[in-house]
Amino acid sequence: MTDIKAEIDVLPGLDSSARLLEVEDLRVEFRTPAGVARAINGVNLHLDPGETLAILGESGCGKSVTAQAIMGILDSPPGFITGGAIRYRGVDLLKLPEEQRRKVRANHIAMIFQDALSALNPVFSVGFQLGELFRVHRGMSRQDAKRRAIELLDMVKIPAARQRINDYPHQFSGGMRQRVMIAMALALDPKVLIADEPTTALDVTVQAQIMNLLAELQRERNMGLILITHDMGVVADVADRISVMYAGKVVEEAPVLDIYARPAHPYTKALLESIPRLDLKGQKLNVIKGLPPNLTRIPAGCPFNPRCAYTRDVCRADPPPPQYDVAPGRTARCHFWTEVAGNEPAVS
Amino acid sequence: MFRYFVRRVLQGVLTFFGATFIVYALMFANQTDPLQALAGERPLPDNVRQALTERYHLDDPFIVQYGHYMRGLLTGDFGVSLTNRKISEMMSQAWPVTIRLAVLAMIIAVMISVTAGIISGIRRGGPFDTVTLVITLILLALPIVVLAPLAQLLFGIQLKWFPATAGADPGLFQLILPAAVLASLVIATEIRVTRASVAENLRADYVRTARAKGLSKRRVIGIHVLRNSLIPVVTLIGLDLGNLMAGAIVTEGVFNIPGVGFNLFRGIRTEDGPLVVGFVSILVIVFIVVNLVVDLLYAVLDPRIRYE
Repeated sequence: MTDIKAEIDVLPGLDSSARLLEVEDLRVEFRTPAGVARAINGVNLHLDPGETLAILGESGCGKSVTAQAIMGILDSPPGFITGGAIRYRGVDLLKLPEEQRRKVRANHIAMIFQDALSALNPVFSVGFQLGELFRVHRGMSRQDAKRRAIELLDMVKIPAARQRINDYPHQFSGGMRQRVMIAMALALDPKVLIADEPTTALDVTVQAQIMNLLAELQRERNMGLILITHDMGVVADVADRISVMYAGKVVEEAPVLDIYARPAHPYTKALLESIPRLDLKGQKLNVIKGLPPNLTRIPAGCPFNPRCAYTRDVCRADPPPPQYDVAPGRTARCHFWTEVAGNEPAVS
Repeated sequence: MFRYFVRRVLQGVLTFFGATFIVYALMFANQTDPLQALAGERPLPDNVRQALTERYHLDDPFIVQYGHYMRGLLTGDFGVSLTNRKISEMMSQAWPVTIRLAVLAMIIAVMISVTAGIISGIRRGGPFDTVTLVITLILLALPIVVLAPLAQLLFGIQLKWFPATAGADPGLFQLILPAAVLASLVIATEIRVTRASVAENLRADYVRTARAKGLSKRRVIGIHVLRNSLIPVVTLIGLDLGNLMAGAIVTEGVFNIPGVGFNLFRGIRTEDGPLVVGFVSILVIVFIVVNLVVDLLYAVLDPRIRYE
């Protein structure tokens, strides 16, 4: 079994000293009848083993598209990757032939989706859907695969795993279903896990359990985790670093504590101010005025300029703000980041 | 599940009585003078008329006639037709032929429509999809009373690929052309349903999950999508059996196949009440059983459905 695993793990050019995952200047567009929507416009990300990177942003900012591009499951057409590189341990996934790319999925990089009820196939038992991974990727027999599937359910702490293995997704509660999803993603021991809003569909107490389980499994396996969310509360507890996305760009990237203490981009700042706070009860909640830009017509200059309180003429004209180094390991795409972050130099 | 089954069977019994009653009533209402129809042009002697009237209870009120008939039916006695043949005998000759025809038509329809439906569902808007759409539209627009003689003329008489009529005890080869004509009755809708179902399932979230699991395209479509897509198609195929039986009346008439439809057609024309009601009664039972099987199959195919 380990032999098969080792064999599959071999990717041409795999360099264990290279960075676990590195996304460089990724560009994705959707060619629709209504025009070309530029969903991702030069995204840079990186991830190390054991690290949790949170990608934060409103709906339609390109978080999920980035994840799908990394996984290679972008619907194409209409989605097309028009530039950039996604390197996994030095191997550019975008240059791999489809057959090898397919084997990267689940074996090296796996993904958890938002709504487990629709993400699991309704007509197959949980045992079939888990066991399928071992049968397809490891050539195991049905029986062995089933045994491994039961172990996986145990791993994600589903009670009475042996009895529940033949149940169908709709027979599980929301939290248990998301555990099944996690088990499925971790079945083949991937090195990178992408969780796309894993707790959005769950109620708050269950959310915490799922996040704890994810954190625990990540620690055990020293896995890199990309957590896509729009929930700043979830992020604060688990993430090491945050990348804030807006209109298909990372507008700010920083270690988690720094970003909460002193955001350097007006958008991040506005996001933080729009979190309801107990001590401000009764006051009007801060909201970000306006809507995210239509991706077929992103405004010139900084895409956030129509909604920004710091906007000046320079923000409305191309070129858009470059990536300013705010501090070591910290960047922001805002001409006036010093003003946003406060007068004293923002050091971590 | 068991309670559901029992309830459905009881409902089926009610449906059976209701349907036979209506058919019987329709035959009764339509009746002018069946005995004269039997005799043709010649005048019917009074004593013969009287004897036959008594024999078929033609003087009794409608409800009594129905009672007589049902009593016979429930004891397994289908009675005799007005042409004085035992109806049970006619049935044992006719049913095997029609079953052969319907099953053959069903196989042709399912093979063509599921294959074509899947391909056009995957490649929506492609050349195959467009051509299929045009063909299905033509099939939908042509009623079987036009299609059957047309096919007979073209493939049976001019091209001579198939026999033009089927004869007394038709084999599979003689039934291919009529079965294909019959199949065309249901192919169009089955293709459209398969296509829509495949297209819808391809967009489902679980397909994305399956791809994220590193499964090959073949497996994603052949296992995950197909299994979900076929649920509505199986239901439709079951219900289409009814359409095939109805279509068989015309098809069997055109191709001269001595099946159920052929007998029904003749029975309706000669106002032969016992014959028509007898055959329809069995048809009703077939419908009820097929519907029940389809519903039970539905629960097997889709685990989310559990009957209480």
